Order: sequence, then structure tokens, then C-alpha cells
Amino acid sequence: MELWSYSETIAGVHKQMKQYPYELIALYMKENQTFKIEVETFCRHFTQREKVEKLEAFSYLPVKGQVKLKGPDVVFQYIEYYGIDPKAPPENPYMVFFGRWITNGLRQLIQDLSLKNRKFIGNTSMDPQLSLLMANQAQIHPGDIILDPFVGSGSLLVAAAHFGGYVLGTDIDYLMLHARTRPSRITQKKREKDESVKANMAQYGLDHKYIDVLVNDFAIQFWKDDIRFDAIITDPPYGIREATEKIGTSKENCTVSEQHLSTHIPAKIVYGLSSLFYDLLAFSAKHLKLGGRLVCWFPIFREDYQEDGLPRNPSLQLVANSEQILNKHTSRRLLTYKKMSEPINKVMEERNHITDFRTRYYDNREETRKERRMKRAMERN
Amino acid sequence: MKLLTHNMLTSKCMKGVTVGYPLKIKAVDVKENEIDFNPDFISRIIPKLDWPVLVKAADSIGKNDNLPEDLLPEYESDTDFLKKVHHVLLEIDIVNGELICPETGRKFPINNGIPNMLLNEDEV
Repeated sequence: MELWSYSETIAGVHKQMKQYPYELIALYMKENQTFKIEVETFCRHFTQREKVEKLEAFSYLPVKGQVKLKGPDVVFQYIEYYGIDPKAPPENPYMVFFGRWITNGLRQLIQDLSLKNRKFIGNTSMDPQLSLLMANQAQIHPGDIILDPFVGSGSLLVAAAHFGGYVLGTDIDYLMLHARTRPSRITQKKREKDESVKANMAQYGLDHKYIDVLVNDFAIQFWKDDIRFDAIITDPPYGIREATEKIGTSKENCTVSEQHLSTHIPAKIVYGLSSLFYDLLAFSAKHLKLGGRLVCWFPIFREDYQEDGLPRNPSLQLVANSEQILNKHTSRRLLTYKKMSEPINKVMEERNHITDFRTRYYDNREETRKERRMKRAMERN
Repeated sequence: MKLLTHNMLTSKCMKGVTVGYPLKIKAVDVKENEIDFNPDFISRIIPKLDWPVLVKAADSIGKNDNLPEDLLPEYESDTDFLKKVHHVLLEIDIVNGELICPETGRKFPINNGIPNMLLNEDEV
């Protein structure tokens, strides 16, 4: 926006605009130019009628062209800013702005990629705003190859493909990749036949950016040693809403008999968060190109948080770390790592012990539940 | 599954497998989809490929569109060649079939275009 005037009062803006040197704005007010004035009131709702009144207050502007609401040549933007608390906006705005709208940002993408009308979603599909943000953090360029090793319904890949990445995904959950899990929408009784990560790509015209998804256990990698990805973006399971699992069994000498082989569903064991993240960083250190980025979420208990406690790897440098608060006790951090060097083989790396999020999460809940019960009992007595 | 993906996979992670590359392909149902051609992407990806493996893989499913045994020296400027590679890498999709470990013969089924690389608990 080309800002022409701003003030702490509405009258102030009008006063400035009335005195504004005409030659500076004449360029946008010619006879053959159509125009419209947009009114935006940030954080306070006004009726259409009130908005029109605000708009008509600009009738003194020396515009010569015709009004055109759809696709005008020039848009004048008027903004009243009422702070950031929608519950208690003040009577008068804190700031008022007026000027010429130059161009739209990419915010519209958030609506375009909305989960509400996406073909295939899962219980933990990533919100489009955060997915786009992750793709930005990964600095995806057109023609890059991007991997999500915990792909799920592929919401991160949609954003990655939007910025030009060619996308690959893997997930241990066979039913998820084949869209045979229970539907995540409350209104939907059955999954449709053609739901898939590929269908999501096609929905946004990004199917030419889709390479493949594989059913694969992250703890057992099938990628060739010399494969390098341009970026890895992922939201690993935290063990709360999606299980942290890998293939394995606690039984000794277990074998699957020949007759069951074709239909056997492999047993899974818990894949502790600590070893999952250790593996994720080691995998990224190996399979990212130099300078390539790993962008991932990491769940934490807020009172335990220390930057030293974050997963680390000698080849990766943490370049960004931001927090999204989930509730009073927990949050998740969006971590961006950059690969600085090729990993040196056979060096025993220092393994950072990460408190298991899942254990902490449920321990804490148990306690608060007990406390709550005690409190209630106290009240009754 | 596309042949680009096949080019990147090995079964080396399995017990007793030393190379595990390339995986054999048994194609039951192969589809060809039209996909937007991006010459920059194809020229960027070619040096990362194992070229002979790609040619053999295309051969083995009967889709070798006269690909040369050896890479042409100046392929970046050869649009026809890039289009051919584009077709083989991205447009051919193995919808149903199997990937087979070259050393143990372990089969990994491909259903609906999605390979299932899960091992059983007695294999890990």
C-alpha cells in the first residue's frame, strides 16, 4: 500500500487528505480510470451501512473516473485499526490509514488451500497457514525435490508443491496412505474411493509435482545412500493423537509362517520420541544436500523447555526456532535446521536425551485430574 | 510408483543384503499419465540418476522408448531427449505389481501406485 496519510483520529486523516498536494495523487484520479474505495475495520465489526458512511466521508477527493467495484483500475484503501483484542475493541480506533492499494500478498493462499474443502484429510492434517510457513522456512525453489517422511494425508506436500517442489512422502500407516482409515470429518461416514495424497495434489492443479508416496517404516530406510533431497519438511507423530511406532516385536525368535505371509500385518512397537528425533536428524544429515533444510515440529513441555534440550546433530545447525503454544503446559516448536557439512561416519555422536513427551503429557494429566478431584471434594466438605 | 522413485530405492537395509540395488520390477498394471513437462527439472535430475538402471527398468516393463544406453553428452539442449526422459521418469506409473529384492527375492507389493516397503517384525 502506498500510504498517503495516517493519524490517531479519523478527522486527522481527512484533514491530511484535504490538504494533500493534488499533483501527487492526480495520476490515480484521471477521468478514464475506474476506482473503488475499500474500507477495512481491523478488529471491530461495522455494518455495511456504517462502512458506506465511512466511505462517503471521502466525497471531497478530486477523483474524476467512474466507480467500478469489480476489477477497478485503482483501489483506495481506508483502514481503521482497533487493536488486536476482538472481545473488547475501543470506541475509537487507535490508528487510521489511507492510501493506494498496490498489490495483494499471498494471504489468499491460506483460504485457497483450506482444509475445509480438501479432498483427503486426516486427524492431524496441518493447517494451511502453517504448512505454507514451513515450506517458506525450507526455502523451497521450483524444481527442488522435497521429502516428508511422516507424510500422512500430505498437507505439507501440498504447500511444498505450491512453491514448485517435486514431492515424495513416506508413512508407516498403510491404511492412511490408501485412505482406508476412518474419515476425519464428522459429516463424512465413509472415505471416498478416490481419496489420496495424489488426489489432493490434483485438486490444486499440482499433480505434476507429485512423485510418489511409499508405505515405509522411518526406522528402516530404503533410500539409496547417495540420494540427496533439497529439503525435508515433516510433522512427526508426538505419540498423543498419532502413535509413534516402528516395526518390531517384544517376542523373541518370532517368525511369520509361510501361510500367513501374504496377509500378515507387521507388529509394531513404540518408537520413542527421543530415538525418532535422533534418527530424523541423522537421516537429514545424510540425505539433505549441503545447505538444504530440515523443517519439523517438536513437542515440548513448556516448563521443561531449554534450548539445549532440543534434538541436535553435528552436521546440522539450528537456524530458526519458534513456538506455537498448544495449552498451558504444552507447546510445539517449529525447528529449522540447515545442513552445514557431510556427516563423519563412525563417530559416536553425543545423544541428547529428550524427556519423553508422551510420558510427561499423561503423567501431568493424571496429576491434574487427581488434583481436580481433590479440589472438588474440598469444596463439597 | 514412478521409475524415478525406483531409481532411488534399495533393499540394502535388510538383513544379509549387501547391495540390494536395483530392485527388480514386476509390473501387472502400468498406466501412462500426461504430466506437465519441465525441462529444467529433468536436466537437473538426470545427473542424479543411475542412468543404466533407469534404462534397464524401463526395458523390463516394456516401456523403453529407445533410450540410449549411455547418456548423451549435451542432453540439456536436446528437448526431444529430455521429453523422452520426462516420459519415462514421471509419466509411467506402475499401479499394481511388485518390487523384488535382487538378493533375497523378498517381494514388496505395489497397490494403487503405492509400494509397501514394510518389513515384518521377524525381518528387522
